Amino acid sequence: MSVTTDTPSSATEIRPFQVEVPEEELDDLRQRIAATRWPSKELVADRSQGVQLATIQELARYWTSDYDWRTCEAKLNALPQFTTEIDGVDIHFIHVRSQHEDALPLIMTHGWPGSVTELLETVGPLTDPTAHGGTPGDAFHLVLPSLPGYGFSGEPTELGWDAARTGRAWAELMERLGYTRYVAQGGDVGALVTDLMGRQAVEGLVGYHLSLLTAVLAIGDRLPKESEQERAAAEAVATFREDGFGYFLEMATRPQTIGYALLDSPVALAAWMLDHDTDSYYKISRAFVDGEPVGNLTRESIVDNITLYWLTGTGPSTARSYWEDGRALAAALASGQPPPAVTVPVGFTTFPGEIWASPRSWVEAVYPDLAYFNEADRGGHFAAWEEPDVFAGEVRAAFRSLR
Amino acid sequence: MSVTTEKSLDATAIRPFTGETPQADLDDLRARIVATRWPEKETVDDLSQGPRLATMQALARYWAEEYDWSKCEERLDALPHFITEIDGLDIHFIHVRSEHEDALPLIVSHGWPGSIVEQLKIIDPLTNPTAHGASAADAFHLVIPSLPGYGFSGKPTTTGWDAVRIASAWTELMKRLGYTRFAAQGGDWGAIVVDQMGVQASPELIGIHTNMPGAVPADVHAAVLSGGPAPAGLTDEETRIYENLKVFFATDVGYAQEMGTHPQALYGIADSPVGLAAWMIDHDAASMEGISRVFDGEDDGWGLTRDDVLDNITLYWLTNTGISSGRIYRENKLGFYDVKGVSIPVAVSIFPDEIDAAPRSWVEQAYPKLMHYNQLEKGGHFAAWQVPELFVPEVRTGLRSLR
Repeated sequence: MSVTTDTPSSATEIRPFQVEVPEEELDDLRQRIAATRWPSKELVADRSQGVQLATIQELARYWTSDYDWRTCEAKLNALPQFTTEIDGVDIHFIHVRSQHEDALPLIMTHGWPGSVTELLETVGPLTDPTAHGGTPGDAFHLVLPSLPGYGFSGEPTELGWDAARTGRAWAELMERLGYTRYVAQGGDVGALVTDLMGRQAVEGLVGYHLSLLTAVLAIGDRLPKESEQERAAAEAVATFREDGFGYFLEMATRPQTIGYALLDSPVALAAWMLDHDTDSYYKISRAFVDGEPVGNLTRESIVDNITLYWLTGTGPSTARSYWEDGRALAAALASGQPPPAVTVPVGFTTFPGEIWASPRSWVEAVYPDLAYFNEADRGGHFAAWEEPDVFAGEVRAAFRSLR
Repeated sequence: MSVTTEKSLDATAIRPFTGETPQADLDDLRARIVATRWPEKETVDDLSQGPRLATMQALARYWAEEYDWSKCEERLDALPHFITEIDGLDIHFIHVRSEHEDALPLIVSHGWPGSIVEQLKIIDPLTNPTAHGASAADAFHLVIPSLPGYGFSGKPTTTGWDAVRIASAWTELMKRLGYTRFAAQGGDWGAIVVDQMGVQASPELIGIHTNMPGAVPADVHAAVLSGGPAPAGLTDEETRIYENLKVFFATDVGYAQEMGTHPQALYGIADSPVGLAAWMIDHDAASMEGISRVFDGEDDGWGLTRDDVLDNITLYWLTNTGISSGRIYRENKLGFYDVKGVSIPVAVSIFPDEIDAAPRSWVEQAYPKLMHYNQLEKGGHFAAWQVPELFVPEVRTGLRSLR
């Protein structure tokens, strides 16, 4: 992966960034995919044993035959991208200022197995609302960073880059960009980072919005299970822990072990990334096997995201973020101390396809002063990616009272 | 991997088997190793993130430049191999009859990530004891099968091949070979299989020897899995094993959780030799450490060589059985170490680096007809492979009272 940045006089300077992948890296990728050695077919007719051979073979066929990374590269390069060194790691970010000067600054964080590519379709609606059915009062100045170890950000070479540290880095980033009053948003690992910005009460943060209730991993057994909705959510958590947790545990305990395959085999990487939650797996599988994408989860956007991981060689470094967060969570639980209270308004949207679709009662149990709650009628774990318009509507609504 | 077996009208006949590796497969393997795309170095100095980059690079260098599979192939070719269809699946096995006619028939079962390669060092001492300082009365007729989905056995195409079904198949195999009075031995999955043979208690099975006993009392097993406090009244030794198991289940079972839920997400262990090797080396902490030392140029404390380790990994690679071997975890419904209810005579050998080095107190409760219990001074999870000089006398002594 070669990147161009201006030569800095100081590493902490904000440097423009462009993506330029040498052709030989794309050739090598295509050759590796074509040379894939396949295992035998799964023994079942569903995803209960992982990523179905027919799905991943169709993905591989599409990847080598129809897919063009240059389109993604052009899309990224059409946006203003930058890097700046924070706390010793180069942080890559997209920064799109709205033409509406009094727009609300928003830092929005992707998760795993995501990247800035999952957020690209929200850039228009959020920064240029009048062209997307909104009003100037809905405008955001948007900052989309790549998590440390992810995408075009640097890979930490020292320990300690857990989500709390990333949260502090984001606060530094916003300050460096001159934003003294801003909001934050995140799903998946991004939800954890965003929530920890709130709990650390970082300077300038006036509110945040989440689409995943990460506290369930720590206090899930203490949440109410009375209503039908609560029981369904509890069941979803139990199913995740029993059947959908393998990738999580492996990355949280042995990121290097799985990392070798993720760096060496494009299909290994693609399968590992597809094997996330059940809802998104079947939606993605439909895009490839049935040619019927759900929302914006198109073959092209799915392979954009996977190719970004491949070209940046970030399989193991992204897995390592789970190792760091797993250790931080274990230490927090062992301390017996509750996390610091949140002092800014929190908004939450439950998307129906989320791994556990959190009922309002659960969200209120974690955030007693919940400022905004809504259940969207469609969208899953990758809501910003799958349903950018629904998602942008939620972000606008959640932060309206903070303007 | 191409194999030759004699044509037979009857699939359940016992057919001679010869493995022959096409040069093209070996060339392809070497080319893939050389072309490995490496991750960056782990961020720790220990094995807490998985096999270290330096270890894997030393392994890859040796594998591509010095290792010679044909030596292993010659050793295998010198043994009588057979295939027979049992319960719809081709089962491969080595069958070495002792020249001592009244030798005790013994079926020895490997586990994961093992193979018949683990057992090669014990064949001659067990079948030909007089050449190894033991008496004719110590002789065994030895049967060493490859588990379904492993090595040269067939890969199941339907679900259901768990340890219970394999136990029935092993009994059927021994009966098909004409053995009406035999013993069984196992470690890892092989131990769970021989425990199940003991539970099924076919009248032909006169006793078992295990180096991974299912002996953890129910309350301790439950506490280990929940991470809860140890039950009251444990001795110091029992407490130590309880603590070992708790660490193992909290931090060392990512591989088992992944294979136990989504083995089909591990495309990298079919496509990447280094991905496969790292996945196999990352077994229990002691084995990972010992094998790492072998490639780091140090002594593992047992006696494994680089060739030993690569013989086993290369067999997995050439038979493309990474995923099919992992499926046994998905099929499994049993606990790894809990008491299974074996009522026939049992001999137990405890090697100190075993994950569950069960104390005599637990073993006596678990196996009412315990005929032998011994704690060895060295060896680990792969005892037959690591310390054959200790393992062989244990099998002889352990099963002596059955003769």
